[in-house]
Amino acid sequence: MTAEDPVVDVRDLHVTFATDGGDVAAVRGVSLRVEPGEVLAIVGESGSGKTVTARSILGLLPETATTSGAVVLRRNTDTGASDVLSLSPSALRQVRGRDAAMVFQEPSTALNPVFPVGWQIAEGLRAHTSLSRSEAHKAAVDVLRRVGIPDPEARAKYYPHQFSGGQKQRIVIAQALVLDPGLVIADEPTTALDVTVQAEILELLRRLPTEFGTSVVLITHNMGVVADLADTVAVMYAGEIVEQADVRTLFSAPRHPYTRALLDAVPRVGASRRSAPATATPRAAAPAEPAAPVVEAKSLTITYPGRLRQPGFTAVDHVDLTIEPGQVLGLVGESGSGKTTIGRAIAGLTPVTSGSLTVLGTQVRGISERKMRPLRRRIGFVFQDPATSFNPLLTIAQCVAEPLMVHGVAGDPRDARPRVDELLEAVQLDRSYGDRFPHELSGGQRQRASLARALALDPELIIADEPTSALDVSVQARVLELFVQMQAELGFASLFISHDLAVVDLVADRIAVLHHGTLVEEGDPAQVLDAPRDPYTQRLLASLPVPDPDEQAERREAWRALTGVSANAS
Amino acid sequence: MTADIANLATPPSPEDLEPLVTPDHGPRWHRLPIVRQVRTSVGLQRVMLVTGLVLTGIFILAAIFAPLIAPYSWAQLRDGSGLFGSQQAPSSAHLLGTTVGGYDVLSRVVWGSRTALLTIVTAVVLSLFLGVFLGLVSGYFGGWLDRVLVVVADAIYAFPSLLLAIVAAIVISHGQSSLWNGILAAAISITVVFVPQYFRVVRSEVVRVKAEAFVESARVIGSSSARIMTRHVLRNSVRTLPLIMTLNCSEAILTLAGLGFLGFGIEPSSAAEWGYDLNKSIADVTSGIWWTSIFPGVAIVLTVLGVTLVGESLNDLADPRLRTRRAAGGGRRGARAARREQRTTTEPEEAR
Repeated sequence: MTAEDPVVDVRDLHVTFATDGGDVAAVRGVSLRVEPGEVLAIVGESGSGKTVTARSILGLLPETATTSGAVVLRRNTDTGASDVLSLSPSALRQVRGRDAAMVFQEPSTALNPVFPVGWQIAEGLRAHTSLSRSEAHKAAVDVLRRVGIPDPEARAKYYPHQFSGGQKQRIVIAQALVLDPGLVIADEPTTALDVTVQAEILELLRRLPTEFGTSVVLITHNMGVVADLADTVAVMYAGEIVEQADVRTLFSAPRHPYTRALLDAVPRVGASRRSAPATATPRAAAPAEPAAPVVEAKSLTITYPGRLRQPGFTAVDHVDLTIEPGQVLGLVGESGSGKTTIGRAIAGLTPVTSGSLTVLGTQVRGISERKMRPLRRRIGFVFQDPATSFNPLLTIAQCVAEPLMVHGVAGDPRDARPRVDELLEAVQLDRSYGDRFPHELSGGQRQRASLARALALDPELIIADEPTSALDVSVQARVLELFVQMQAELGFASLFISHDLAVVDLVADRIAVLHHGTLVEEGDPAQVLDAPRDPYTQRLLASLPVPDPDEQAERREAWRALTGVSANAS
Repeated sequence: MTADIANLATPPSPEDLEPLVTPDHGPRWHRLPIVRQVRTSVGLQRVMLVTGLVLTGIFILAAIFAPLIAPYSWAQLRDGSGLFGSQQAPSSAHLLGTTVGGYDVLSRVVWGSRTALLTIVTAVVLSLFLGVFLGLVSGYFGGWLDRVLVVVADAIYAFPSLLLAIVAAIVISHGQSSLWNGILAAAISITVVFVPQYFRVVRSEVVRVKAEAFVESARVIGSSSARIMTRHVLRNSVRTLPLIMTLNCSEAILTLAGLGFLGFGIEPSSAAEWGYDLNKSIADVTSGIWWTSIFPGVAIVLTVLGVTLVGESLNDLADPRLRTRRAAGGGRRGARAARREQRTTTEPEEAR
């Protein structure tokens, strides 16, 4: 065995799960090789088997799984290799952490909240080596410094809740690196993070092969992350690898139709305006007579009450907004920026603390539930997660008929059915879907049904709260297309909330950027996205990885210049 | 506006017609509550469930057909050939012997199942309605009502349940004893003890469901609170109740027997009651008369065991983490499995 051998060699891997409905083949004949110092990205949609493939490298599959094939992992102690699938439990425990380690998606759940982070990192060392307590602690502090935690001696004694999300992910990565494994498996390492934090974590992950000498298996659905980080890419679909190529080849000349569809579906900032510069004009054209704005917020402030003897938390701080009739306002911001709170306040779900919020000519501040009800008829709401926004015990038709029945348009679901069928067809769902239950529809179908429900009463305003962030990228493209089409046909005004600048760019007439509850920038998309004035908007744009390796490399340099991160130290 | 939507409705393109993902349900009776669980269970869990079902079935059948099964009435002391006699050993006339009071043991055991069943049904129905209603209102509206009800429920927990049951029995029956008086006394005292359990379970479920997006979407639509509670919250909060009900049934039997054993139950002339018979057989045990205590005791044990087995296995089967399954690949791979597999492969159809 030489250093040229692959770190991990997966040969014809099959994984089958026993479920209540019979066996499900999650992975069917996957073969992969990861060379030393290489970053391999596995991309695919949810359910394509990418996580199962990666977890089988560490033998981390549930008991219901049956595997066949071979996963040959190079040993870190000598130059030999072992087949993970045939190892005994105790041998497997030796392999984990030493030869290959894992970085999980959600850093806040991957760390134990009751132990200091330094202790948690040292735990892996004590399990595999005979280091003393102080030596292990020293090693933990050292690895914390290397992943960019400032003042690691003091902060090793901190508990996980004292760190921000991005720092927690750094700690999780440190935990994976402390034993110098040959391979780090990162399962959606940045999905739970904001885009500016994501850029920092990607910067750290990029340093792993050169500074720590580890190979990386990166699982992601974000093509921008792939373009930023990967050397080679494996595209998975329905448990099989449909295409495997190095990153430049894959992005410039995708061979498999699925890969092409996946790349086409990724929204890019400015793409819609560049390809069809005229589309924005007819929509932006206001009605001839000046109509009253649909939503008008003046110095809107929303405060969540604090606990006993603690000040409340101001989620929205003196925000001024207007949405004209027929206009789509895209509201962008990171988690905690107050964008969802504004949407909920307009829908009357969250009380307004101070300032003024006028929705459809009615002052919402301090409004009673009784006075709010007639207003609700004129507002539609599309929720983030279509899986939970439908009552699981009602059929789709009954769910869509709910607004009609509540407002007395129809007496019972049967009366409402013709209108429901119309709505379902309008969102391009066959009317037979009305008789199914929500769990029998895919995510995209459910979100279209959700749009149908929001449109049921011909509302003048639709509030869409991250309507596509729970969907796969190709499904997202269809839902967005449908949203734009319906908006053009029906002319409703809309507040479109999203954390994704590229998505907002596709649908919005105007864009407002929120940061820590304050409005930092507002304007039409061309101005905000192509020539941002506010430093936060600039940083947000620079952090967004684009699905093109060469362009992303340029953007990375721009981002480094903007945030003051030099290429070799952070 | 309605016409607008109709006009813009374009026929879906062929690639848009995603494959039907309706799960294969099989014949309608396969979906019935107990049948479905028996079908999905395997191994030890299936043995437990089937044993429990058989024991419970025997208990219910005995209760329903007591007049046909039991050779005598529960309070019968004599037949055509005179008095039965007291503490007679098992014989052809009295298969399980007679008690110290001169009753036929077999008849008392069989009729006793009827008393037990009536008590269980009354107790569970009463506590179910009361507990679910209070839990729903308390969990949905919250506020001071919620706080008061939770404190009351906690206070009831703090009482020894049998003591509470005795107090309730005295208040209800005023010392009078008849079949329905006795059953109601036992049932209501059990209800008082069980309402807090249902209340707590439903309340916590309601608090969870209340935060779900579909309840929020109902609020955004403008539904009234009553409609949200009945249509959206209630049905989504009662999924665990069947399990608690089965477990409570066995507790109800034990409480009834305990009341009877302590002398707060039903007089032998009103109805047969296992706890009462056990009480009267205490003296027999030391004098070698085994049949008066063993049979009512076994009846209690088997009934409780049966109902508990059903409850426990339903609980395990309802939880995907506790449910055992056939090993993948090893078991039979029927058409269902193949269809399921096909379905998962065609799921990301929208990508095409």
